[in-house]
Amino acid sequence: MALLEVQNLGISFGGLRAVDDFNLTIEKGCLYGLIGPNGAGKTTVFNLLTGVYKPNVGIIKLDGKDITGRKNIDINKAGIARTFQNIRLFKELSVLDNVKVGLHNRYHYNTLAGIFRLPKYRKVEAQMNAEAIELLKVFGLEEEKDFLASNLPYGKQRKLEIARALATNPKLLLLDEPAAGMNPNETQELMDTIRFVREKFNMTILLIEHDMKLVSGICEKLTVLNFGRVLCQGETAEVLQNPEVVKAYLGE
Amino acid sequence: MQKEKINLISKFKNANKNFKSNCITYGIILAAFLLIQILVSAGAVSNLIKGLLVPLCTYAILAVSLNLTVGILGELSLGHAGFMCVGAFAGAFFSKCMVGAIPSAIIRFPLAILIGAVCAGFFGFLIGIPVLRLKGDYLAIVTLAFGEIVKNIINCLYVGRDSKGFHFSMEDTASLGLEEGGEVIIKGAQGITGTPNDSTFTIGIVLLLITLFIVLNLIHSRDGRAIMAIRDNTIAAESVGIHITKYKLMAFSISAALAGVAGVLYAHNLSTLTALPKNFGYNQSIMILVFVVLGGIGNIRGSVISAVILTLLPELLRGLKDYRMLIYAVILIAMMLFNWSPKCRELREKYSFKQLLAKRKNKKEAA
Repeated sequence: MALLEVQNLGISFGGLRAVDDFNLTIEKGCLYGLIGPNGAGKTTVFNLLTGVYKPNVGIIKLDGKDITGRKNIDINKAGIARTFQNIRLFKELSVLDNVKVGLHNRYHYNTLAGIFRLPKYRKVEAQMNAEAIELLKVFGLEEEKDFLASNLPYGKQRKLEIARALATNPKLLLLDEPAAGMNPNETQELMDTIRFVREKFNMTILLIEHDMKLVSGICEKLTVLNFGRVLCQGETAEVLQNPEVVKAYLGE
Repeated sequence: MQKEKINLISKFKNANKNFKSNCITYGIILAAFLLIQILVSAGAVSNLIKGLLVPLCTYAILAVSLNLTVGILGELSLGHAGFMCVGAFAGAFFSKCMVGAIPSAIIRFPLAILIGAVCAGFFGFLIGIPVLRLKGDYLAIVTLAFGEIVKNIINCLYVGRDSKGFHFSMEDTASLGLEEGGEVIIKGAQGITGTPNDSTFTIGIVLLLITLFIVLNLIHSRDGRAIMAIRDNTIAAESVGIHITKYKLMAFSISAALAGVAGVLYAHNLSTLTALPKNFGYNQSIMILVFVVLGGIGNIRGSVISAVILTLLPELLRGLKDYRMLIYAVILIAMMLFNWSPKCRELREKYSFKQLLAKRKNKKEAA
């Protein structure tokens, strides 16, 4: 069974049909790409999937469960985590604390245990620290764990955002232009990281990207959006050779 | 014994940064407390300053609690004096009613504090429910209004007690319809008279330490991280599954409850408690906000220090008569600049104590 099934999804802002009749099926473990010209509705699809917007029509199913129209925090609990196009870190918190905020719903102790530093607090905090550092190691950020997030270089901020999303233990990870603003070396490194994350966490990943080198390098399947509608869907190599895609997005 | 001591020191050095910083904060307050106690017993403190000791604790608690809303939660509240007012009157009301029933101040006063905190916290919760869902300046406007409303309602509230129980009125004492021997507890604009003077400097310091303990430990816990995450980026906090309204309400209610504690402390330091613009009005709320801004938004220790300095300053300048408030304003501006202008911060970092120590160490190593 597919991990994510989207049927006939649509949303309008005033008179503008931002996304229309959008269908998407992602198998478990797949690395899926969503591409298209600027303003095609890619980020809107992400916002629909994560519950930031409520769709006017359509059904979103995660692992067979209907999550259409649920609140974004419930959708996160159901197993979808995301990163943002313009990085949204907790800037005044340390790198470690950023990841620990991601762990928030997986480790519990009540407010009083926190204020009075009860044994439960020490135990759970130690577990959280251990898991957060483990995650930071995956992204090579353990040296910077006490830095403020805003003091990290750009490429590492992107990585920290992915680490924070993974901390919520999602089934599906949505990456919104992870390589935006990166130089070719950083992009190469990011591709390796994404592959590694997929292998290590057995993660299903849906990503929006404009860097065609990254898209053709790591995505197994693609959906091309244009004017809010699906232009083409299928295996990466086939899609990239589709004459309509070349005309609308890639350029002849 | 010696070895144990060294162990403790090395443990402290290796402990995490937050713990160290918290210990320094508690240490400064305890040291200040001991110093003042010694000076008082040596007779070196004027009556003027003695009278200021409890208000100093009150303002420090208020500044710390407001910093929880403004600095940690990142929402602007302009009605902190309103919550203080609720706490003050709830606590004073309780004490006045219970003076007969519970003669021992050791039991009565903590109960009064608890009641003040719960009442103020409850009002914080009530106001937070509708307002914290909104973004932007709404909270500032609503809290501002709340502060004024509370003050004005108390100004025309009459509460009396006789053998049949409590009587309420919004008109005057006569309309309470008390039996013979009944007692008026809250007398409108004249407020509550004859509250037992239970507040002492020691209790004030203990309450300040408890407030700091609660706020500092909350910040460095799971809930505190969630609150600060909401401050830094609400959308991202939601995307990792943090319940925005819940944590905003939590921070705001705790902040209000602690303001209530300060109110109870304040009320039990006076023989007559009235809701004047001077003590619970808009100016007071702004004054508390000034403490927070000057001490550094989100900097808890700074709040305590700036509250103390800015409360003492006008009194110390009393000798300057008419020029007092002028010089107070100039000093305030100078302190703001010294604390927060980028050039001054650079200078301060260059010549800071830590840097000097590091330089000396380097020199030693070079030699």
